[in-house]
Amino acid sequence: MRITCPFCGERELGEFTYLGDAKPQRPAADAGEDAVYDYVYLRDNIAGVMSEHWYHGGGCRAWLKVTRNTLTHEISAVEAAAGAGAAKVGA
Amino acid sequence: MKYSIFSLARAALSGHKNWKPTWRDAAPRDRYDVVIIGGGGHGLATAWFLASEFGIRNVAVLEKGWIGSGNAGRNTTIIRSNYGLPGNTGFYELSMKLWERMEQDLNYNAMVSQRGVLNLYHSDAQRDAFARRGNTMRINGIDAELLDQAALRKMLPFLNFENARFPIQGGLLQRRGGTARHDAVVWGYAHAASALGVDIIQNCEVTGFTRDANGKVTGVETSCGKIGAGKVGMAVAGSSSRVAAMAGLRLPIESHVLQAFVSEAIKPLLPNVMTFGAGHFYVSQSDKGGLVFGGDIDGYNSYAQRGNLPVVEDVCEGGMALIPMIGRVRLLRQWGGIMDMSMDGTPIIDKSPVDGLYINAGWCYGGFKATPGSGFVFAHLLARDESHKEAARFRLDRFQRGAMIDEKGQGAQPNLH
Repeated sequence: MRITCPFCGERELGEFTYLGDAKPQRPAADAGEDAVYDYVYLRDNIAGVMSEHWYHGGGCRAWLKVTRNTLTHEISAVEAAAGAGAAKVGA
Repeated sequence: MKYSIFSLARAALSGHKNWKPTWRDAAPRDRYDVVIIGGGGHGLATAWFLASEFGIRNVAVLEKGWIGSGNAGRNTTIIRSNYGLPGNTGFYELSMKLWERMEQDLNYNAMVSQRGVLNLYHSDAQRDAFARRGNTMRINGIDAELLDQAALRKMLPFLNFENARFPIQGGLLQRRGGTARHDAVVWGYAHAASALGVDIIQNCEVTGFTRDANGKVTGVETSCGKIGAGKVGMAVAGSSSRVAAMAGLRLPIESHVLQAFVSEAIKPLLPNVMTFGAGHFYVSQSDKGGLVFGGDIDGYNSYAQRGNLPVVEDVCEGGMALIPMIGRVRLLRQWGGIMDMSMDGTPIIDKSPVDGLYINAGWCYGGFKATPGSGFVFAHLLARDESHKEAARFRLDRFQRGAMIDEKGQGAQPNLH
């Protein structure tokens, strides 16, 4: 598995660190315990195409949003994660 | 068929041509008291304990492939009970005690070998942590010995004690730990369960649940038709989230790939199982002579049953740091299995929120050693509708209650457990 970083080009997997599913959104501060439990602990654990966060620590140190198939490891898209510093480059 | 020295002699005299299949490949009936999804070690052990300990023999085990084709056949075969947290310590010792009598219970040679499990420590802080864990074990009646470097030099002179970054200071040894032949564990439970009337049904994939008007699970829909069930237990490891989703449940689990490795066969070298404490590397030597070893999970969600090269490199580096003399040994095979990584690194054995569905999941990459214990407590839960006391903390709702059992202290980040 190699990831094509939008800033650095195609790099080997060892340069990247995985965070996980990009879908869960931090609930509002007053959202209640159930929403926090859901956000912190429950996962869709998708078997198929999943959008996820990776960190390019061995390169540009940008957070990336990678679209990857968990059944085949095929990567179909890589973009800068929204809100990450590097995402603002060129914006 | 009952195995003994006499059955072996009889078969030998007839040229080993008259061995019968050790278990019965069954066709599904319309209904069972209990249906177990997953014909791995845990599912088959559960069925056997239901039949032998709890008197429930109208049981089916459904397996989508062939029995033992998942993680039961993909692990590094280590058995141990060297855990430090309440909940884990007692449970894994229950499992260890069942390993010690398994072959007699099942009338099957599972090659259980109590050759010892040694965790090496490389710093004063790590020694203190290991001493504490060893003391916890001993207070709970489990054997543990803290060895210093002099004792290890005598026992394992080929280790790299002079490693500049990670000098080996000593180790925590559990002599009762060791290895077992993983496939034989599967076959042994299948053999003994089948003999008590359990139906083992292969190539039968569960595709959904049937439920009554109140939402109670009344059976399963499968690739070989509908099968009714009084209760359904799932023991499907890396597929836990997929099966639970069929009942509308989301679990605190992520599926990750773990790789394992075996080298070409060499002469006897390693007398026990050992783990490198400064990285993540564990190794033993199989009876065929191959070094069986592994390390970290790859770290990303996966259902692919194969991993990537950075972890191969990392694991081999761990091996080299520990035992430089294996540098010229060639890697023979490498494979991957899908781990049901829970949010605190500890399993879940509990009723699910859906009536009639019971969950046995979240084994991370420690499921093999738990096989007999998991089967026993899951059978207890299915038969009596209450948790066995040694599994009472493995509740699904522990994350909501803040009662996590986080042996590694990593928090809700499954790829770090």
